[in-house]
Amino acid sequence: MVLWNQQVENITREEIEQLQLERLQATVNRVYRSVAFYREIFDEKGIVPEDIDSLSKLSILPFTSKKTLIENYPYGMFAVPLREVVRLQCTSGPEGQPIVIGYTRNDINHWTDISARILAAGGIDREDIVQICLDYGLFGGGIGFHYGAELIGASVIPGPDLDPVRQLLIMRDYRTTALISTPSFALKLIAAIKEKGISLANLNLKIGILTGEPLSESTRSRIEEELRIKVISSYGPSEIPGPKVATECEKRSGLHIFEDQFIPEIIDPRTGEVLPFGEEGELVLTTITKEAFPLIRYRTGDLTFLDQSPCSCGRSLIRMHGVTGRTDDMVIVNGVGFFPTQINRILAQVEGAEPHFRLIIDREGTRDVVNIMVEVSESIFFDEMKKLQQLKVQIEEKIYQVLGIKVNVKLVEKDSLSEVEPKKVVVDRRLK
Amino acid sequence: MLKVRNLKSFYGYLQALRGVSIHVEEGEIVALIGANGAGKTTLLNSIAGIISSKKGQILFKDKDITHFPPQQIVKQGISLVPEGRQLFTPLSVMDNLILGAYQRYKRKNKDNIEADLDRVFHFFPILKERRKQLAGTLSGGEQQMLAIARALMSKPKLLLLDEPSMGLAPKVVKEIFRIILELQKEGTTIFLVEQNAKMALGIANRGYVIETGRIVIQGSSQELLGNKEIRRAYLGRGYKKVWE
Repeated sequence: MVLWNQQVENITREEIEQLQLERLQATVNRVYRSVAFYREIFDEKGIVPEDIDSLSKLSILPFTSKKTLIENYPYGMFAVPLREVVRLQCTSGPEGQPIVIGYTRNDINHWTDISARILAAGGIDREDIVQICLDYGLFGGGIGFHYGAELIGASVIPGPDLDPVRQLLIMRDYRTTALISTPSFALKLIAAIKEKGISLANLNLKIGILTGEPLSESTRSRIEEELRIKVISSYGPSEIPGPKVATECEKRSGLHIFEDQFIPEIIDPRTGEVLPFGEEGELVLTTITKEAFPLIRYRTGDLTFLDQSPCSCGRSLIRMHGVTGRTDDMVIVNGVGFFPTQINRILAQVEGAEPHFRLIIDREGTRDVVNIMVEVSESIFFDEMKKLQQLKVQIEEKIYQVLGIKVNVKLVEKDSLSEVEPKKVVVDRRLK
Repeated sequence: MLKVRNLKSFYGYLQALRGVSIHVEEGEIVALIGANGAGKTTLLNSIAGIISSKKGQILFKDKDITHFPPQQIVKQGISLVPEGRQLFTPLSVMDNLILGAYQRYKRKNKDNIEADLDRVFHFFPILKERRKQLAGTLSGGEQQMLAIARALMSKPKLLLLDEPSMGLAPKVVKEIFRIILELQKEGTTIFLVEQNAKMALGIANRGYVIETGRIVIQGSSQELLGNKEIRRAYLGRGYKKVWE
């Protein structure tokens, strides 16, 4: 196991809490002094910076979101004058509205350090040849890793904008040992290998750091098998900076959040209420070291849950589960909101049902009617009517128990849903 | 070693500290920098117990010392070198030093105190030369050395230094800072308050910037020196953009 920043990654709970409190208070003092948006909203709510006398008081502060960033475009959320900003990156809102993010020299140094922590967690050291197949442009996914890999002392190949075949040739000829890309790009590489008939024996790849998109376990194992590499993933929204808020370790049971830089909270996206550890909800992040673009209680829109139990890798930093969905996916039926991933999880617990389903919502009069098509495991034969009926009732009851909505379950054969429009989990016919 | 959480200190109705949280690890030199009246001395005096009107929490080696009187705090192993030295000027150098050991002065301890005097004279040979002289007749630099030496006589684990460079010639300041570094090497932890940000951050491991009773920036000395806001506000002299 390699810890890039042992002092932080092995920190005790008590030490990290003191550090977080100090940094949070300094951040709140700074934003109150320097960012009109925060000063106005604090004043409006009657909050003064010294009200934040413990980490739990974070919850009295107002949220920010992509909307806030769009409304204050371009420089409204900056906490330092532009002459102190050494880098500008950008990202975009849901309808393509631009968002600009600034970094001071110290911000870049922190960013580089956490990038190095991610790379080291993946096992990359100075002996490695790292090929970065991520965007280097305004979004900044690639450039952070580039700096981090150079800090570690690895040999870096910046390879954005190249097609998979050319990437592969470089990979083969330069004897690349580590790939940094999105999961979907790794899949494209696999396709290109097959298409061009390149032998894996000619590649030296051993590590993959995949980021920028959620990574499912099935995709991970497929990439690991086909490229014969070990894959870890990292997480972070581009405005925070992405994707460097949390990383998996070699145990790969959740992503360690860099708590010396960010304070995570999980909230109920419907009420904004902070949820206890372990419950699933929207991830909210507060940056506590950023100078140029500090964000207080930024709603990421990503659904996950936190795990405070110690990890066998030795890192004491809290873990988040890989992102399970987006708050934008929330479905509201008869006034009750829920997420499709919650149904996934319910189905996974029911024996005989596969966690593949399709949700069809209709309106009859003033009521919403929900039909769920659920795939049935092969172990159950369709001629066993009684068993099927039991299963149907069991799923309906369980969904009612957990989500509080009445649904009508229809059982279908295994794999019958994944063939047609695999991504369309929710079909909402109420508006038509 | 030292943890301060949400410290709010008051002079009557006047609030000087507005929820300050800092910590000092064993073996570190930590610098607190800020302008006049920002609350630097108030923070040190609050830790040392001189200011008793306060809220929040001060932990020293996990013991809550928030409301301990000064003499108890000295006993715990914290010693303050106050702003402006505050020597007993009509007394000799030797008497000042022995008074520094007052807290543990007992007849049977006499040999120990002799040994400590030797240690202090090792750091400040000039004081040995002048041990019979009255403190008030020393030069500014020597007085500062005596103030530090006196604080060391209580054998502190944590030394609080309030503006040790104040009113001293650059050469003398350099000498004082060299000695502070040496004290750190010998195992003394140091919390240093300074207006001379450049000197302080030059020897410190970490630092905090205080502004109107609030900590606004914290980080490693390197980070603080790299922060342009600090450069502008506190490193003023000698810092000019070349194209200006």
